[in-house]
Amino acid sequence: MRLDVILRVVAKLFIPFILLFALYVQFHGHYSPGGGFQAGVIAAAAVFLYAIVFGLDRCKQVVPLAVAEAAVWIGVAIFAGTGLIALVLGWNFLDYTPLFADPVDAQYWGIFIVELGVLVSVTGAMVAIFYAFVLRGRQ
Amino acid sequence: MNGLIGTIVEHYNYWITIALMMMGLYIVVAKSNMIKTLIGMAIFQTTVYLLYLSPGKIVGGTAPITAKQFEVYANPLPHVLILTAIVVGVASLAMGLALTVRIYEAYGTIEEDDLVQMVDAEDRAE
Amino acid sequence: MGLLTLIAVVTVGVITVRNLFAVTVLFGAYSFLMASVMLVLDAPDVALTEAAVGAGVSTVLLLGALYLTRTEEAPPRNSPLVPAAVAVITGLILIWGTWDLPGFGLADTPVNTGVGQAYIERTYEETAVPNVVTAVLATYRGYDTLGEVIVVFAAAIGVLMLLRRLPAGSDEASSEEKEK
Repeated sequence: MRLDVILRVVAKLFIPFILLFALYVQFHGHYSPGGGFQAGVIAAAAVFLYAIVFGLDRCKQVVPLAVAEAAVWIGVAIFAGTGLIALVLGWNFLDYTPLFADPVDAQYWGIFIVELGVLVSVTGAMVAIFYAFVLRGRQ
Repeated sequence: MNGLIGTIVEHYNYWITIALMMMGLYIVVAKSNMIKTLIGMAIFQTTVYLLYLSPGKIVGGTAPITAKQFEVYANPLPHVLILTAIVVGVASLAMGLALTVRIYEAYGTIEEDDLVQMVDAEDRAE
Repeated sequence: MGLLTLIAVVTVGVITVRNLFAVTVLFGAYSFLMASVMLVLDAPDVALTEAAVGAGVSTVLLLGALYLTRTEEAPPRNSPLVPAAVAVITGLILIWGTWDLPGFGLADTPVNTGVGQAYIERTYEETAVPNVVTAVLATYRGYDTLGEVIVVFAAAIGVLMLLRRLPAGSDEASSEEKEK
């Protein structure tokens, strides 16, 4: 029996809950402490745990390097994109009112979309930085 | 004397925060290992966040999430500022560590005293 | 405040311990205690971020950097008197600066009765979001949050530029070293 059985079993139990908690923190950012940055860092921590316990090769199959590096600019594009859409429609930059019908609703859903962009960008950035550090030592 | 004792009791937690900040500053200035300097910078930054958050707390208030049963809330503006500052801090820590790794690969050491001597020797050899 | 005393003890540990693995673990403990203090100061958003970022990502990045460099600090060579004097003098100047700050926890200070109070009153009517911090971060001060996401983006690009090895690229990597 290998020596890391306890680590592997516990990690297999924990990682889905950590990812679920990250999504909970993201989507309940309107009603409880949370939001994009916290959720992005917690999701990145789940990926780090997977890489540490199961090895870097299996982690690179689950979260490829290209996906992590692409997520960095996709998140910024989502955020800046909602601002630019408002600019194109004739309103101010990052004004959420032209996107939806009711002005109060527009703020609510505008915050939702923007926090989603923040989540994607922060998770991608943290995982890409981690890969950069660890892959440097291997070659 | 009541004024002086009163002032000390009221400002006591600001002064402890400043003491922690000075310990972080001492690590940055005195230590020559680069990774310890970066850790000292992170310690300094977190004590600055504490100094910003302290005036926003209201005794008898609660976290700034509006609900029907609460009336007094803590000031939300320092929270927003510090949230941004924490993320910028970790970004600068990541860049600092990447630079440290490259310096180690180029010169073989991360102690600033040795590095200064090596760079001076290179400059004199030119 | 017992938490702040614990934080001071951990910081003294960071100063004196020379094995950098131990210093990294102490830094994780420091972050966790700092998050607890922020929770006591009624800032749950900030406490969550500080705990996740400080004890999570920062510790892993420090371990990654220690993996690539060495993990023992050289013994100190310079005298610690001048930096200690600088720290003490700066601390005294700062303490003199905070003499006129309002007392801890009062509600009628200029800090707490200006814009912050207006945000608390207006947020639920204008955005239907109870969490004032998220609303201010994403709507009222959304431009600053865009700047913050761009800072994260720039940091990721910077680290990738410094540390990424090109895949098949022994040509480009070695020509980069010949340029130095």
